[in-house]
Amino acid sequence: MFGKNRSEASESAAEDRKGWFARLKAGLGKSQDKITHGIDEVIEGGAEEAPAEVPAEPAAPEPERKAGLGQRLVRAVTRRRLDDIALEQLEEVLITADLGPATAARLVSNLGRSKFDKDVTSTEVREALAEDVAGLLTPVARPLAIDPAAKPHVVLVVGVNGTGKTTTIGKLGKVFKEEGKSVLLCAGDTFRAAAIDQLKIWGERIGVPVLAREQGSDSAGLAYDALEQARAEGTDVLLIDTAGRLHNRADLMAELEKIIRVLRKLDAAAPQSCLLVLDATTGQNAHAQVQTFQEMTEVTGLVVTKLDGSARGGVLVALADRFGLPVHAVGVGEGADDLRPFDARDFARSLMGLEG
Amino acid sequence: MFESLSARLGSVFEGLTRRGALKESDVEAALREIRVALLEADVALPVVKDFVAAVKERAIGHEVLKSVTPGQMVVKVVNDHLVETLGAEAVEINLKARPPVPILMVGLQGSGKTTTSAKLGLWLKGKEKKKVLLASLDTRRPAAMEQLAVLGSQAEVASLPIVKGEPPVAIARRAMQMGALEGYDVVILDTAGRLAIDQELMAEVAEVRAAVEPAETLLVADAMTGQDAVTIATEFNEKVGITGIVLTRVDGDARGGAALSMRAVTGCPIKLMGVGEKLDALEAFHPERIAGRILGMGDVVGLVEKAKETIEQEEAEKLARKMAKGVFDLNDMADQLSKLRQMGGLGSLMGMLPGVGKMKKALAGANVDESILIRQEAIISSMTPKERAHPKLIQASRKRRIAAGSGTTVQDVNKLLKQHMEMSKMMKRMTKMGKKGLPMGMPGLPPGGLPPGMMPPGGGLK
Repeated sequence: MFGKNRSEASESAAEDRKGWFARLKAGLGKSQDKITHGIDEVIEGGAEEAPAEVPAEPAAPEPERKAGLGQRLVRAVTRRRLDDIALEQLEEVLITADLGPATAARLVSNLGRSKFDKDVTSTEVREALAEDVAGLLTPVARPLAIDPAAKPHVVLVVGVNGTGKTTTIGKLGKVFKEEGKSVLLCAGDTFRAAAIDQLKIWGERIGVPVLAREQGSDSAGLAYDALEQARAEGTDVLLIDTAGRLHNRADLMAELEKIIRVLRKLDAAAPQSCLLVLDATTGQNAHAQVQTFQEMTEVTGLVVTKLDGSARGGVLVALADRFGLPVHAVGVGEGADDLRPFDARDFARSLMGLEG
Repeated sequence: MFESLSARLGSVFEGLTRRGALKESDVEAALREIRVALLEADVALPVVKDFVAAVKERAIGHEVLKSVTPGQMVVKVVNDHLVETLGAEAVEINLKARPPVPILMVGLQGSGKTTTSAKLGLWLKGKEKKKVLLASLDTRRPAAMEQLAVLGSQAEVASLPIVKGEPPVAIARRAMQMGALEGYDVVILDTAGRLAIDQELMAEVAEVRAAVEPAETLLVADAMTGQDAVTIATEFNEKVGITGIVLTRVDGDARGGAALSMRAVTGCPIKLMGVGEKLDALEAFHPERIAGRILGMGDVVGLVEKAKETIEQEEAEKLARKMAKGVFDLNDMADQLSKLRQMGGLGSLMGMLPGVGKMKKALAGANVDESILIRQEAIISSMTPKERAHPKLIQASRKRRIAAGSGTTVQDVNKLLKQHMEMSKMMKRMTKMGKKGLPMGMPGLPPGGLPPGMMPPGGGLK
C-alpha cells in the first residue's frame, strides 16, 4: 500500500507528503501548536527568572500568541539553562500532547542526560525531542503490505465506536484500487443504523463492489460469504468492516473472535491483517484499547484517524514504545484521498511544532 | 498501569501515623501523586494545575479524622472537591422556551451525536412526555441522515423527512417549521461532526444556532477524549456557544478526565451521559461516579448498578439478611460466581472495581481465563448440601471426593475454601461498616455498604 509506484509518481508523492504535513500543520493552525508554544514558554519564559513557587503555565491557551517576527527572533535566540524546573515543565508540555506521564518523563530524562545544565534554545530542545520521538516511531512506520499470493488478502477492520472504521475502509479501498488491485468491501457493521448504507455509498464513490445484507444479520456469516465470493472471483483485497465495540464488553469482543474463527474455516491464514482504528483525540484509554483488541483479535497494525484536528495523537508515541505495532496510515480528513502513509519523522516534527 | 490513587497515597504516607491537622509538607507529597493520577486519567494539564492548587488550599490544616490515615484524608478532600467541580447537583435539560423547543447537538466526528440525539429523543418522550421531532443536519457523512431516521423509528420518535441536497440551515428552518405546524414540543437538531478548528464548519453551525436560537446547545463528547478536551470544549464554546455537555461511552473503561477538563474550561454543566449502545442507555450525570473513576478508585456506583441488573432484589435481600447474621455459606458463593459470569465476566468488572490496579497486572500476567469461575462452580456443585451449608465439615477425605467429582485437585478445593473464608470475612466487615457509615474510598455508596453479589472472588485470581 502507498508509494508502490513512488518512482513514477514521485512528484505527486512529494506533493502528497507535503499535503499531509500541511494538513497536520493546518490542524495545529488555530490552536497553534501547544507544544511549540509550551516549549518556547518554558525556555524563554524562564530565561530571566526561574519560576520558583508557581511555574509558568506552559499550556494555558493564550490569545496573543502571534508575536511579531522581531519578538519571535528574540525568542528563538533566548537561551535558558536546562535545570530541573525546566525539565519538569517540558515534561508537562509533552503530557498535554497525550504522550502520557510515563513516556513524557522518559523523553525528558533522555533530554536531561545530554543537555542538563547546558544553555539551550527552544528550537534545540524541540529538535532533540523530535529526534528521540522519531527514533521511537521509525520502527513502527510500516505500510500495509498486501500479500499478492493470498487472493484475497483479508483485512479485518476493528475498533471502538466512532473512531472512523467505515470511513477508513472507504479510503483504503481507494488506495488499493488505484494500485491496480481488485477490491471487495464487506459491510460487516450490521449493528449501527445505516452503517451499511454508509459503506455502500463509499463503494459507489470509489467504484468498488460491496457485499452487504440487511441490518441485524449475522456479521460472521456475512464475512464468511464475502471471503467465499472473493476467493471465487480471485479478488486481491477483501476489506471487512465491523461494528464499533467498546473493548471492555466481553460479549461483543467474543463476536469478533467468532468472525475470525469463521473466516479461518475457509482460509487458515485469514485475516491476513487486522487493523485497529484509533481516534487521535483519544487519551490514555488508547492503551487499554490496543491491549484488549490485540489479545482478542491479534491486531497486526494501527490506523490513526482525525489527525487533521487539534489533537496531536501523542499517545501513539507511548503505544509504539509499549506495543511496537506497525502504524500503517493516518487519516487527515473526510475525503476519499485523506489517508496518508505514516511518516515517523514528519509526525515527530509536527508533534514538536517544527517545520518539515 | 493505572494504580489506584489510594494505593499511591498509601505509599506516600507510609509510616506517617501522626495525628492532627494536615501539614503543608504532607499535602505537597500527596498532591504530586494526585497530579499524576489526574494526568493519567486524561484531565488536561491546565485544569490539573488549578485543581491541585485549590485542593492544596483546602487540605492544609484539615483535621485528620480518627481511624483514617492522612492519605485517605487527602483523597477525601480531593474527591469532595472533584465532585463539587464536576457539578454537585444535576442540571436538567432546559425546555423552558416557546415550543417547539430547539435543541442543537454539536461535537467532533464520531463522538456519538446521532446516537445521543435519538437517545435524548426517547428520554424526553419517556421522562418528560414530550412530542419530539428529530432532524439531521449532517449533509456530509454518507448515510448519516438515514442513521438518525432509523434510530428515530427504533425509538418511536418522529424524524424530519429527508430532502437531499438541502443545506443545514435550511433543514434546521424546515424542522422548526414542521415542529411548529405539527405541534411538536421539542426539535432535536443533529449536526455533522466537525473539528473544532475547522473555521468554515464552525461558522456553519454558528449560523444554524443563530437561525433557530436553541434552548440548549449540547456538546457531545467522548469520555475517552485526551488532553485535547480543553481545545475542543473551548473552541465549541467560543465559536458556537454551548449550554451543556453530554459525555458518551461512559460504559467504557476510560478514566473520563475529559469530563473535568471540559466542565472546568467552559463552566457548562455536564447534563447527561451515554452508558451503552441501546437507545435507553442514557442517564443523568452522576459526578461522584466520574470522580471515583478519575481518581482511580473505581466506579463503585456503576458497578452497583450493573450488579443490580443481574441480581434479583429479593435474592439480594435474602443474602443481606444472612450476611447481617454473619452467615455466608458456599451456596451463596456459588450464586455469586454465576452472577459474576452473567455480569460479563471478570474482565469487564475489573475496570470498575476500586483498587484493582495491582490485581489487573497480576491478571494479565497469569493470563486468567474465565473458566476458573466455571471450575469453581463445579467444585461447589460436587459438595453435598450439608457441606455447602457447613464448609467446616470438609476434611481431607471429603476434599478428595469433591476434587474427584469436579475433575479438579485437592489444592483447587483448598483454594476455593480459603477464598470462601476470605469472602465471608470481608462480608462481615462490610456489614459492620455499613452500619457505622461509609468507608473511605467508596464515594457515593448507598448506605448499607456494598450490596451482596458483587464481591469478587478475592483470592482465586492468581
